[in-house]
Amino acid sequence: MQDNTVAIQLKGITKTFGEVVANKNVDLTVYRGEVLSILGENGSGKTTLMNMIAGIYYPDSGEIFIDGEKASIHSPKDAFSYRIGMIHQHFKLVDVFSAADNIILGEEYKGFDVKVEAENIRAAHTFENAAYEAYNPEEHTGVLAYLKAPKYHSEKETKRKIAALPFIKIAKRIKFGWLSRNRADALQSIANRYGFEIDLKKKIYDMSVSEKQTVEIIKVLYRNADILILDEPTAVLTPQEIDKLFAVLRRMRDDGKSIIIITHKLNEVMAISDRVAVLRKGEHIATVNTADTNEKELTEMMVGKKIDLNINRTEPHDVEDRLVVENISATNHDGVKVLDNVSFTARSGEILGIAGIAGSGQRELLEAIAGLQKLNGGDIWYFDPAKDNEKIDLRAKTPVQIRDLGVRLSFVPEDRLGMGLVGNMDLVDNMLLRSYRNVRHTEAETKCEGDAAEENCIPASCEETTDVGNAARENPNIKSNKAKDAFAKFGKGVANCVSVLWSSVFLDRKSPKNLAENIVTELEVVTPSTRTPVRRLSGGNVQKVLVGREIAAAPTVLMAAYPVRGLDINSSYTIYNLLNEQKEQGVAVIFVGEDLDVLIDLCDRIMVVCGGKISGIVDGRTARKEELGTLMTNYSGLKAAPDSVTEG
Amino acid sequence: MFWTFLQRAIRFSTVFMFGATGETITEKSGHLNLGIPGVMCIGAVGGVLGESLYLKSLSDISQINGFAAVIIPIIMTLIFGALAGLLFSFFTVTLRCNQNVTGLTITTFGIGFNSFYMNRIDKTGFTAASEYFIKGFPCADSAGWFGQIFLSYGTLVYLAIIIAVIAAIVIKRTRVGLNLRAVGENPATADAAGISVTKYRYIATILGSAIAGLGGLFFIMDHLGGNIEYNIDAFGWMAVALVIFTVWKPNWGILGSILFGALYISPDFMTVPSAATKEIVKLIPYFVTVVVLIVTSIINKRETQPPAALGVSYFREER
Amino acid sequence: MTNVLKKLKLESPIHISKRTDMPKWKSWLIRGGAIVAALLLCGIISSILSSGSFSSFMEQMFKGCFSTPRRAINLFEETALLLCISLAVTPAFKMKFWNIGAEGQVLMGALLCATCMKYFGGKVDDGLLIVIMLVFSIVGGAVWSTIPAIFKAKWNTNETLFTLMMNYIAMGLIACVIAIWVPNNSGTVGVLSYGNFPKIGRYPYILNIIIVAILTVLVFIYLRFSKHGYELSVVGESVNTAKYIGINVKKVIVRTMILSGALCGIAGWLIVGGASHTVSTEVAGGRGFTAILISWLAHFDPIAMSFTAFLVAFLSQGSSQAASVLNFGGSFPKIITGMFFFIIIASEFFVGYKIKFTFGKRKAERADELNAEESDGSIGATAYDSADLGDGEPNEITARIDNSAEEIALPSENNQNAQKEEEVEA
Repeated sequence: MQDNTVAIQLKGITKTFGEVVANKNVDLTVYRGEVLSILGENGSGKTTLMNMIAGIYYPDSGEIFIDGEKASIHSPKDAFSYRIGMIHQHFKLVDVFSAADNIILGEEYKGFDVKVEAENIRAAHTFENAAYEAYNPEEHTGVLAYLKAPKYHSEKETKRKIAALPFIKIAKRIKFGWLSRNRADALQSIANRYGFEIDLKKKIYDMSVSEKQTVEIIKVLYRNADILILDEPTAVLTPQEIDKLFAVLRRMRDDGKSIIIITHKLNEVMAISDRVAVLRKGEHIATVNTADTNEKELTEMMVGKKIDLNINRTEPHDVEDRLVVENISATNHDGVKVLDNVSFTARSGEILGIAGIAGSGQRELLEAIAGLQKLNGGDIWYFDPAKDNEKIDLRAKTPVQIRDLGVRLSFVPEDRLGMGLVGNMDLVDNMLLRSYRNVRHTEAETKCEGDAAEENCIPASCEETTDVGNAARENPNIKSNKAKDAFAKFGKGVANCVSVLWSSVFLDRKSPKNLAENIVTELEVVTPSTRTPVRRLSGGNVQKVLVGREIAAAPTVLMAAYPVRGLDINSSYTIYNLLNEQKEQGVAVIFVGEDLDVLIDLCDRIMVVCGGKISGIVDGRTARKEELGTLMTNYSGLKAAPDSVTEG
Repeated sequence: MFWTFLQRAIRFSTVFMFGATGETITEKSGHLNLGIPGVMCIGAVGGVLGESLYLKSLSDISQINGFAAVIIPIIMTLIFGALAGLLFSFFTVTLRCNQNVTGLTITTFGIGFNSFYMNRIDKTGFTAASEYFIKGFPCADSAGWFGQIFLSYGTLVYLAIIIAVIAAIVIKRTRVGLNLRAVGENPATADAAGISVTKYRYIATILGSAIAGLGGLFFIMDHLGGNIEYNIDAFGWMAVALVIFTVWKPNWGILGSILFGALYISPDFMTVPSAATKEIVKLIPYFVTVVVLIVTSIINKRETQPPAALGVSYFREER
Repeated sequence: MTNVLKKLKLESPIHISKRTDMPKWKSWLIRGGAIVAALLLCGIISSILSSGSFSSFMEQMFKGCFSTPRRAINLFEETALLLCISLAVTPAFKMKFWNIGAEGQVLMGALLCATCMKYFGGKVDDGLLIVIMLVFSIVGGAVWSTIPAIFKAKWNTNETLFTLMMNYIAMGLIACVIAIWVPNNSGTVGVLSYGNFPKIGRYPYILNIIIVAILTVLVFIYLRFSKHGYELSVVGESVNTAKYIGINVKKVIVRTMILSGALCGIAGWLIVGGASHTVSTEVAGGRGFTAILISWLAHFDPIAMSFTAFLVAFLSQGSSQAASVLNFGGSFPKIITGMFFFIIIASEFFVGYKIKFTFGKRKAERADELNAEESDGSIGATAYDSADLGDGEPNEITARIDNSAEEIALPSENNQNAQKEEEVEA
């Protein structure tokens, strides 16, 4: 299969985004007729590297050679001209078009050069005329003589044919521009050649994810790509669909095409690839033949040696169950199961880490707890420490309902500026997001403590005081000091009422302003002022603002999704310390992370998710990186019961 | 009676047909040009200006050449309409302004420009010139109802239908149309496929505006017979309504325009219509448009939805 | 042809990038400059058209607005009406709901107001009548805006097109009602004598101006300090965030549109009860559309809006005076307003974007420069970097207006050796 001709070679590719080094001095060789897997964790720079081949990014330094010649790929179009095609995770398809139309979209008319064609005709005619002159009719007899006799082309005929060329050009142009009704049939042959079972007349919006992916692949093949890059192609597919895809890829490989698959699923690496290139933290670790390696070795290469981060971890105390999730499941719009029968318990005074490949259901899990994800089944229970651990059902509640139940749940979402904060609003207004609903507490209210909600106690206190006031007005003969008292009380009551009413209609920016100022000073947020739109802050400062706000809500459960993504070392440690502080204060912290070193050093327990299921829960103090890596990519052995792998 | 009605309906539908075809082409590219009433006004000014210049260049009105009297205004209208479209695209694509705001500004300006200019123009000879616009095929009268329905119209009526048919074919059956639709549906994908979103949006808007402008010219030169002091902006909004009514399909736009045209002229054919009935009939097009808009959004069938990127400007860096 | 275009594009020295760092005073300076430029341009054009002098045009502009108290009052009344409708559309726009239907909502308010005047006039006390008119106007405007809002919230019906159509249905309804009221085809209702607003002092319209002034303050407070105002701006900024903090987006859409329509209804009430005392399809006079432009240009800030509304009213009244003196006809103000808006809209570009002119760059360098910028993560149409690297620095994004430049970009060995580069900040 592999014929040892180099298809594409990368030499010393380096790419940085700001201060983050995405790829560092990467060398890589891809041969014709092979399937190469690019293996690595999230953020190891796989996609960035491939984007540089596909013309999305341009390397800061280093060289790319295609078929032995130095290439410079500035755009996807350049990549096409080098016969490179990339299938991205997010499909680029027009929904209302049929598959066939998507495939031919943007195809350019391949020029028909009149001069070149004229030369061709002339050459062909000269050749045939020469043959005519050299032809000896006696060599053949009968019908054969007639058939084999070359024709003579007069000068006039040549001229006539050449004169017709401009018109042929126009006709070709029109024919190219015209979309015939059976354009899908013409494309079907490509599809059939590789064994795709797809109806190209079908509209994209009617298609399943795997069909859409097939369209993307055909699109790339249609452009005559010899090098195909697939970015996590199996992430959205069912096992059966994966098998089909692999069959197609093998057929293409046998056809002499080079196929690069970005993945982090080891079983698939073993199943499909001829060679594996492992990337870690932007660097190329090694490229090995799949036949010469095994999953264990690859995992070790992928996760690397354990690095001690010196994150302070205290022993949990006063541990009690705070949040119990039982058998929850959810599907996304495509009907793919994103959460599959997930059960776990988050305990107070503990940090529960969630490890897993990106998109294994972490986001959906947190959103389900926060009341943002529709569930198909299962239960979420919260044990309220303020009410003697009373059991509260959180399932199918909106965020507001959860709040109203007195559940102090804080959530630092993955998408900071698109979900957690409003980029165009300043720090103070972003603080308001959490607190704007609060109704101001007044003296009268603070008296009515207890289980009753504020809303119930406000009108009561108002009514009471108003009654006293009315009584005072109606009986002017009442003793003066008593009346004074009553009036004072009445005045206070009215003031309370007004204040409550006021605060239920109007915003209170005072306390958010104080909060914002506190966060700025305590977390050392670099910002011109608290009136600066958060969009203008750097990534680390944005995150400090968001985490600071969520912690300020005095949570009993704190969920943080990738809170240190894109942050520098100092900011990251600030966040770790904040999480540890919360843990010591008895908060149940749920930390979704991608860096295994951090997870192992920070968390008390680490839950590993894989394909929407829990593949294991391990003790953070004894966990080993390889063990986590295996669980993260353990797609085959998912049937194991969740807690069977504890205490590794 | 019926044939006369149909003939008048088809004739009047030309105003909407030009506007709707132009606006459909524009909207297919993802530009919601709310300046279409203004564009029609500006286009009409161009045509009238051209006619007036041509008539002035003659020493005597009797020397008028029918072909020139028609073609010069048409060309001038196309130029003025295209300029208005260029203005719109320049603001929305190059200067990245909001499409609604730009469109409404063009409408304000166009209406003002139209009535300002129309008041000041020299109208001598316009009635004679408009004869050439109105004139149908010579054999129309002798061919009975057939002649009346198919042969009796002026140049612009046929032009409108031809343009609408061509637009429908180009949008549906050519690569250019495919690319155009892709730009309006999903500019990011089109961009990734190597289609220049900027180029397509500019060209579609300019072309659409040029075509829409002809609607204004028809109304003044053909329908009103050269009487130029009349507001035409209401027809611009009707054209926008038509685009929705015909779910962004120029071929349906032909039938839709005729329907709207029939509604518009139907009070003239009623025996003693009350003023209120007249007004209700005028209101029907907008009402059915709203109904179509609601029904299509409830059914939510993808083919009948507005282009997905309609009204959304596309700049790469914001993706 | 295309090749020539491509070459031109590539060598185009203009290079546009987004900016977020412009200080407020500078942006307002640019806008102020644009206003002055617009005024000058309008003056110059009309002096060319009239072959009169520039100063005489300006003189007429001011004369038309301030020469008599009556004119001044008219000016402020017009400002008030424009402002009132601008205030009405603002909450919807802040929520990114394109309510183009202000005209229709005002008309419905006006229609119901006039209906009250016609049928209750003389039967109830004038003071009470005015209140009834107000209630009906608010209901009229609110109903007209709520219908599209409900469909938007429920089925995501395109609100721009829907509200636009509602304008013409409102006009048709008015024409219809007038035809019923006045069957003799004259098409005008005539002055309705009951329920006219009382005069305060010697001049009419004072009450209108006071009411709008109060409304401005109220809307300002609503948007800036109230919880509802806060919610709607969160919905406008990011629906995801709104959901995250538990805002019921559909409820906010409908509630805001009711408010928007109600304010339009009030505008209708002010027009019919306080100014025209009659109703016709022209009673809103395109103010619904102008108000949209005013609101947008003022960045949805009620204070800036009052200035903008005043400017527009001034331009339109002043230029109509100038037009009548110079014999330009009644539509001249529309041209002036249109040109004014064009220039102001264009000026927003210079506030929002940085323009860099580069001279003397060779093709290769230019290409490399483009790539250097790409490395900031600016290449469009992709979200890859966020997947693998988290959010970088979104504010340093540099943009290219030219979509196809990269396809012709060529490699170059000599990296970005400094060439003449001039940065002209517009």
